[in-house]
Amino acid sequence: MDVFSKPKFFANNTKGENAELLAELNSEYRDRRKDAVKRVIANMTVGKDVSGLFPQVVKNMQTEDLEMKKLVYLYLMNYAKSNPDLVILAVNTFVKDTDHVNPLIRALAIRTMGCIRVDKILDHLCEPLRKCLQDDNPYVRKTAALCVAKLWDLDQERAIDNGFVTTLQDLISDSTPMVVANAVIALAEMQESSVNKDVFVVNVAVMNKMLAALNECNEWGQIAILTSLAEYRPLDSKEAESICERVVPRLQHANGSVVLSAIRVLMIFLRYIRNDEFTKGLIKKMSPPLVSLLASAPEVQYVSLRNINLILQRRPDILQNDVRVFFCKYNDPPYVKREKLEIIIRLCNDKNVDQILSELKEYASEVDVDFVRRAIRAIGRCAIIIDEASERCVNVLLDLINTKVNYVVQEAIIVIKDIFRKYPQRYEAIIPTLCQNLDSLDEPEAKGSLIWIVGEYAERIENADELIENFLETFLEENSQVQLQLLTATVKLFLKKPSQSQEIVHRVLQTATQEIDNPDTRDRAYVYWRLLSTDPQAAKAVVLSEKPPISVDSSANNLSPALMDELINNISTLASVYHKPASAFMGNKAFSADAVRKAAVADARDEEQIMGEDNVTSPTAPAASAPKNAMADLLDLDFGSSEPVATPVMSPPTSNSNKSGPNYSADLFDMSSDMSSGGGSSVFGGMGGMGGMSGMGGLNSGFQQNQNQNTATSPTASRNDAFGDLAGLGGFGQPAPAVSQPKPISSTQSSTVNDLLDLF
Amino acid sequence: MISAFFIYNQKGEVLISRLYRQDLKRSIADIFRIQVISNTDVRSPIITLGSTSFFHVRHENLYIVALTKWNANAALIFEFCYRVINVGRSYFGKFDEEAVKANFVLIYELLDEVLDFGYPQNSEADTLKMYITTESVKSERAVMEDSAKITIQATGATSWRRSDVKYRKNEAFIDVIESVNLLLSAQGNVLRADVAGQIMMRAYLSGTPECKFGLNDKVLLEKDPSNRRKTSNTVEIDDCQFHQCVKLGKFDSDRTISFIPPDGEFELMRYRTSDNINLPFKVHPVVIEIGKSKIEYRILVKANFSSKLYANNVVLNIPTPLNTAGVTCTASSGKAKYVPAENSIVWKIPRFQGQSEFTLTGEANLTAMTHKKAWSRPPISMDFQVLMFTSSGLLVRFLKVFEKNNYQSVKWVRYMTKAGNYQIRF
Repeated sequence: MDVFSKPKFFANNTKGENAELLAELNSEYRDRRKDAVKRVIANMTVGKDVSGLFPQVVKNMQTEDLEMKKLVYLYLMNYAKSNPDLVILAVNTFVKDTDHVNPLIRALAIRTMGCIRVDKILDHLCEPLRKCLQDDNPYVRKTAALCVAKLWDLDQERAIDNGFVTTLQDLISDSTPMVVANAVIALAEMQESSVNKDVFVVNVAVMNKMLAALNECNEWGQIAILTSLAEYRPLDSKEAESICERVVPRLQHANGSVVLSAIRVLMIFLRYIRNDEFTKGLIKKMSPPLVSLLASAPEVQYVSLRNINLILQRRPDILQNDVRVFFCKYNDPPYVKREKLEIIIRLCNDKNVDQILSELKEYASEVDVDFVRRAIRAIGRCAIIIDEASERCVNVLLDLINTKVNYVVQEAIIVIKDIFRKYPQRYEAIIPTLCQNLDSLDEPEAKGSLIWIVGEYAERIENADELIENFLETFLEENSQVQLQLLTATVKLFLKKPSQSQEIVHRVLQTATQEIDNPDTRDRAYVYWRLLSTDPQAAKAVVLSEKPPISVDSSANNLSPALMDELINNISTLASVYHKPASAFMGNKAFSADAVRKAAVADARDEEQIMGEDNVTSPTAPAASAPKNAMADLLDLDFGSSEPVATPVMSPPTSNSNKSGPNYSADLFDMSSDMSSGGGSSVFGGMGGMGGMSGMGGLNSGFQQNQNQNTATSPTASRNDAFGDLAGLGGFGQPAPAVSQPKPISSTQSSTVNDLLDLF
Repeated sequence: MISAFFIYNQKGEVLISRLYRQDLKRSIADIFRIQVISNTDVRSPIITLGSTSFFHVRHENLYIVALTKWNANAALIFEFCYRVINVGRSYFGKFDEEAVKANFVLIYELLDEVLDFGYPQNSEADTLKMYITTESVKSERAVMEDSAKITIQATGATSWRRSDVKYRKNEAFIDVIESVNLLLSAQGNVLRADVAGQIMMRAYLSGTPECKFGLNDKVLLEKDPSNRRKTSNTVEIDDCQFHQCVKLGKFDSDRTISFIPPDGEFELMRYRTSDNINLPFKVHPVVIEIGKSKIEYRILVKANFSSKLYANNVVLNIPTPLNTAGVTCTASSGKAKYVPAENSIVWKIPRFQGQSEFTLTGEANLTAMTHKKAWSRPPISMDFQVLMFTSSGLLVRFLKVFEKNNYQSVKWVRYMTKAGNYQIRF
């Protein structure tokens, strides 16, 4: 082979190249023909159309030169479809090759034939395939095994009629481990697309054969076997234990994907094990390999971290003493750092919180703005998770505010607002410090947060009216999110200190109703105005109602149990990386948008049930499913309109690990928004488009909240309600008269609100 | 379940394109170029566009990209991408744009072999070299083996070893290479210290040798009562992974490491330990910001290992702020100089005797800056190599070779500790 002397296969091509190649391909010299074929392949690689040379290339197929043969086969696989009539020229050689003395050539022929998806070839494929499945040579058998899956993909009936499925099932008992592995791979894939789901049933006999081959076959084969093993449903705890024992040694494998596949099997089988001692031992054995995965390549680390995040939600006791290994290295790629941060928060408890806080403070001084913000948010989450540590967290945040770095200050203020919501009346002393930074705030979310704090504590802040006045100077130029917040804060101020602020509130309401075009702001102003003018007491009850503290319950951080189960079944796969069911991103391949919508509704109902259980007091609105349906329909529209273009679907690290409740529907929303943001934006760019969404998980549900209120149904579940106020902050441009509704709302009050709504 | 596999150069030109499934078209390659290569804002190695997921790994000046339309095993795909890189390196020495362009025919052959219908098959470079050959590889294997034998071996239980290896002199070399990771807080507390170890073996043994390998592993030695008295000198291994030749079932039941090694060099084992780590170097940094225009450095490094040993290629990277105008510094040993491109003072000490200590004093002058952002003080990072020293205290106790011909074999062991992520905050 002379590639070294002639490395110029990618050289610039002139117009007449195809003609030139044509001549070369017909050359009488073997070397020149071979070079010509190489050039054809090079052209094919860069995307030029060389399908016109089909007959000339195929003519070169009949040769003893293995390299040449492979090149021609490669060409055939690519262009057979565009020249279906000419493919028949090649069939003879293929069939002859499957009888060749050299097993490599036999395997090559059967492998390539399966990849040529032309009906005419199929007629000639069955006989050679049958022969190859029975071949003496294991290499040929393992290639033929996969070929059955290729045939199945084109014509299921033919595969069944020819008895290939049965032959394949027999191959599970083959003496060569790799043949077993490929038979398992082929059967598993066929099972997925089979109508009766009877192609590959993992029963005791099959399971035992697979376990026997597990120790012998190569790493990829082990993964295939482990994947199919996960489908097995053990009869009792004992059986599950014995399978786990056979799988545990795989945790020591050098290949990280083998380890994760083994973890998947163990996590699934743990559900069946009733022996607590054994469970404990198993969990103990799983921790070190999970930590070891952090030493692999960054991309594998990323997949591992996303999975560790899942596993921790199911088994919080795992890795409890290992928080240090998740501390970020200065030079970790950003996607690894972000995931480590998530896990640090999950592992946070009252024993290690000090260590974690000092680490997070360190991160807050790094250069990557996005990471710094996440670190600050993480400090807030520590405060919310661990009551005793909240004061220390607040102190760290104050330290950060004192650095005067603009984005740090803004993020810290947003976080402090959450802490205020969780621990009302506890940290008012820091309000003056916050107010000192008034002028440096330029992000709507930070501004909104500070305004919210001022409004909420208006009676404790002596110069609240001055502060509000100060903000009001630029009222008309503000982002609608800030406007809404200012409006509410002014009304709160008025209700708390009527004497000082009558003039202000009047002016604000007037400006908002007359000069602002944004319907959200204007309508909210109208609602307030009428509330205040008709019944100040009702206004007080509505605006100053006591808000339930934001959710701390760690289950709110987590995925729904049903989704969780599905994701555990999918450890190490894409679904586990995205924390979404496969149907959500496989798009129209296996599932239509319609199916996704159905799943969304089903899951939303599921959520509702769970929420209902959590909050026995809150009446679950029967009408709630209606707006959800409506939302799903809206989403469906989105799907329809943007499907033809390749658009970013989602970003892996969504914000759903924050505090949001209805994850799945929120995720869908997330998705549709990304889709509508157009094909150009990157995945993470799409996220950015969500505004402050990732800032507070609560905002996710804010959208739903608005929907519900809009249709003026009875009060929704309290968890949603809790974010009513935040919904305003988030500023999803929904027609939202988002008055935060008090939880124990009386029927008269709600009817007042309804009446008011009817006025518009 | 890999639907397609592409290799791009940095400009986004397709160097290799191989479709394994019919659910994708070649034109999908352009989408990756537009969405990822020419997009500076990509921050994830996995991207899903529409219903197609793109997995990419960067190596040298290449993008190695695998595509799937399935809910594929993500860890497997990344491991596979790295395996392709390893196979490429083993074949061509270096796996970069030049190598790919010069050997594209061979790469297609390899891709045809390592993936079938999107499922990884045999990806061991040693085995592949038996039947996918170039001139350079051919000369290595003087005798072309009978393909029937090769194929049986490639699919068998010891797919990593040929059966007819012969050496006149039977030798095995073991290298224990430890990377110490350290994260020291500004207050001098150890936030993280662990050792990632690697045991490399070069086996030049005839026939089909069965090897048994022993370490001063605490769990193993404490199990055996006759060894009780020696237990003071053992290492607690947190976790370890083995080359696929090691019989994992046997390790799980009685912690013995037994295997039939591949021929030549391979990584026998990786391990991790965080217990009782001897940090080879102590660093005491004093960095004071004087006003807004000056920073004073005083860095002290002490070698914490026996004075009989020495470290090679010790390098300290001491960060300076972005607005540094100039640095003056003196070191008591080695050379220190300010490297503006890296924003740091690089202090090199070629040979560092055990138990000795050196200091660097310096001063950085800063230019005035308009914005107020404080300096983030990235950590000092350190690089070094210490021969015949293991941070974890790990020792190889024995390597036994059993072969039916009962030949004598010679074994060699070397130890080395090097810096992994050795970072000191200040």
